[in-house]
Amino acid sequence: MSAPPVSTIIDKEKYYRIWVFEPGAKSDSPLIFNLRELTSKKTPAILPGHRLCAGCAAPIIVKLASFAFRGPTIVVSPTGCLEVSTTVFPYTSWAVPWIHNAFENAAATASGIEASIKALKKTGRIKYEHVDIVVFAGDGGTYDIGLQALSGAFERGHDFLYILYDNEAYMNTGIQRSGGTPKYAWTTTTPVGRVQPGKLEHRKPIAEIMVAHKAKYVATATPAHWVDLMKKVRKGIEVEGPAFIHALSSCNRGWRHDLEIALEVLRRAVDTCYFPLWEWSPNTGYLLTDRSLAIARNPALKQPIEKYLETQGRFAHLLKPENKHLLRELQEYVDSVWEDLLKRASNAPR
Amino acid sequence: MSEPRGWKNLPLGALPYKLSLEYKTGDWRAERPVIDYTKCTRCLICWLFCPEPAIVWDGSNVMIDYDYCKGCGICAYECPVKAISMVPEYRGGSG
Amino acid sequence: MIPKVPLDKQIRLNVNGDEAVAYAAKQCLIDVVAAYPITPQTIIVEKFSEFVANGEVHTEFIAVESEHSAMSACIGAAAAGARAFTSTSAQGLALMVETLYIASGLRLPIVMALVNRALSAPINIHCDHSDAYLMRDSGWIQLFVENVQEAYDTTIQAFRIGEDERVQLPVAVNLDGFFLSHTMENIYILPDDVVHEFIGGYRKPPVVKIDYLNKEVSYQLNPAYPLTIGPLDLYDYYFEHKIPQIIAMENALSVIKEVNEEWFALTGRRYGNGLIETTYVEDADVIIVIMGSSAGTVKQVVKKRRGRGEKIGVVRIRSFRPFPYNDVAEALRNAKVVVVMDRGLSFGSFGPLYLEINASISDLSVKPMLLNYIYGLGGRDLSPEMIERVIDEATDVLKRGVIPRKISFVGVRE
Repeated sequence: MSAPPVSTIIDKEKYYRIWVFEPGAKSDSPLIFNLRELTSKKTPAILPGHRLCAGCAAPIIVKLASFAFRGPTIVVSPTGCLEVSTTVFPYTSWAVPWIHNAFENAAATASGIEASIKALKKTGRIKYEHVDIVVFAGDGGTYDIGLQALSGAFERGHDFLYILYDNEAYMNTGIQRSGGTPKYAWTTTTPVGRVQPGKLEHRKPIAEIMVAHKAKYVATATPAHWVDLMKKVRKGIEVEGPAFIHALSSCNRGWRHDLEIALEVLRRAVDTCYFPLWEWSPNTGYLLTDRSLAIARNPALKQPIEKYLETQGRFAHLLKPENKHLLRELQEYVDSVWEDLLKRASNAPR
Repeated sequence: MSEPRGWKNLPLGALPYKLSLEYKTGDWRAERPVIDYTKCTRCLICWLFCPEPAIVWDGSNVMIDYDYCKGCGICAYECPVKAISMVPEYRGGSG
Repeated sequence: MIPKVPLDKQIRLNVNGDEAVAYAAKQCLIDVVAAYPITPQTIIVEKFSEFVANGEVHTEFIAVESEHSAMSACIGAAAAGARAFTSTSAQGLALMVETLYIASGLRLPIVMALVNRALSAPINIHCDHSDAYLMRDSGWIQLFVENVQEAYDTTIQAFRIGEDERVQLPVAVNLDGFFLSHTMENIYILPDDVVHEFIGGYRKPPVVKIDYLNKEVSYQLNPAYPLTIGPLDLYDYYFEHKIPQIIAMENALSVIKEVNEEWFALTGRRYGNGLIETTYVEDADVIIVIMGSSAGTVKQVVKKRRGRGEKIGVVRIRSFRPFPYNDVAEALRNAKVVVVMDRGLSFGSFGPLYLEINASISDLSVKPMLLNYIYGLGGRDLSPEMIERVIDEATDVLKRGVIPRKISFVGVRE
């Protein structure tokens, strides 16, 4: 059991494969959580050699999500970290068909692809049971510039899954604030200075906005809670109609944290209820999941917000004694959002 | 064909023609993960979380693909039995 | 010569320009239409929606929430292998400009009917060519039609031209807002099966060869093999990627001519050589160069003046992009005065058509005198009287041998 490998030469062709589906292929790949089985039955949709920063959580999200794909899938990305880092010409890190159009139109592009697949199927030019369309978009291309296309695509009811990998700022262009940046976070356009302690506005409740659109499935997730994420991605794909997953994606560059705690930071985000894990669908309403459900059942598990903030340099000013009032305000805000969620979630203990 | 190619040899519509497997990001790292196989329980958590991904499972062992490993240290941090240590990268020496 | 489909086998329709475009689109086996309404294009989209609602087309119609999303959806659809079509005007075009360059850069043969309308501000819903001029440099083929019959004919030809494997570029069919879009004419349209055959049935994307795939594949998002569409180019590749686009535009010159001839053999109709249409230019001293529906009025006035013995000719530009520099130089080589009429203007410069004509004649050993007349901005009508005055002024310049001013404005109150 403890014998080291005989050879350390890694056969690239064996381990890193492109996805090929023969015409007529079914979308019946099972959802597997047993890691041994996973290694033999699935390969990631993303290949190594991409230029994402060391320790970036975004490719982890893509990899784990792709383990939950069920068959032929087309991926769409707007301009952002993931897009530029995985497609520096002449290289590509995508093992699946993939398209980048512009910054604000991932959802519109996905709409066009969905319509095309329908038309091609109708006229017998494409023969797959399903061709799933998955968008991997950053907060840049979603909260702000991409919100119109997202809203329009959901209103029209296209059948696709929109996964938001949220690193809470325009990271690709140098850590500028976005509509997803949390209050009091340091960014290059909301720096911590003598009169302003970082961003002054709360971030948009994007997942709740998509619930209000009456999407067919909405959920929050993190790559640290990988079983939860994979289940939710599969649900989002299987549901017919538009589905939205808000995945928190830590960024050691923009959040200023040590590289190796990328996933630990996300665990703390959930443990402090800063980023609760839940899902919503029209028939079930809000349901807490995974760690957040455990916290609802046992409130002693809920950590104070400092446990999350202390891991990241972008919040360092909040832990200074002169900013105690800001810290209190943030704790109260997180608590009120959590209480509100507890009231709405049908599986929260009463 | 000599690289970088001229316009006559590029595919239509700017389609990339190489997989990023040919771009070895291993030279990014300042430290490298080293697995102690006497401690490793083959749980595959490191394989699951590697961002590149640069960890493979050959049926009996996990192996770091040093061609791509950027030395982020997530595998070392997440390992439940601390079987992976991050060791400074030396050029030309042994780690 | 008897065309393959003689006139008695073609179908008579009494429709306006927008409806003609919709009927043409109906016959072109379009897979996806993504469009947003804007006056004066609305009738195209409304008419097409009727076809969809009645099941007369297999098209998936996406009622997008903005023109930017309209072109974005068309790009997604075309990238996935579909034949895609949209339509817009002025502000809608301005909103989608970023995606126009993307569609051309990705070599997707989308067809767009651009119903020419003035750009704000002030907001104006009537005809001028400022919107077409805005997309001049985007890498789209731009064809201008003179009447409703040509609008129908050219919309069908656009799919053939764009999807030709020597071209693979998007095509904009320009028709004047209200003057053509909302004006009824009697036109002849072809039977469905004839059009299907002319455009080659359903769209077949071109074939590409990619190193990491072991066979040639169709340029589309297909789960059978992974293609990455829309990569990041650094300064080491962007320039190289533009050259094939440039060559494709050059190839379009001959493809437009070929398709024009094929259409003539099929229907008995052709438009000059496809790129430009010349009337009375062989011995003309004064030639008027113009695009769009006003060319019709100009031809009427010129015909009348010819009747009085005046040596005047007309060159109608049909293909604005790619611009037919050689054909224009040939047509203008013996003229003494050339009046370029522009329905749009580049502030701080001249009308864009004037600049093109200037470039066309630059190599002639004896250059005609060039005059730029800006007309019709914001839907101002170009009346026969205005044209007579322009011809009079041009004739005066011919007599004096001196250009009083390079640029003039027709029909503007002081």
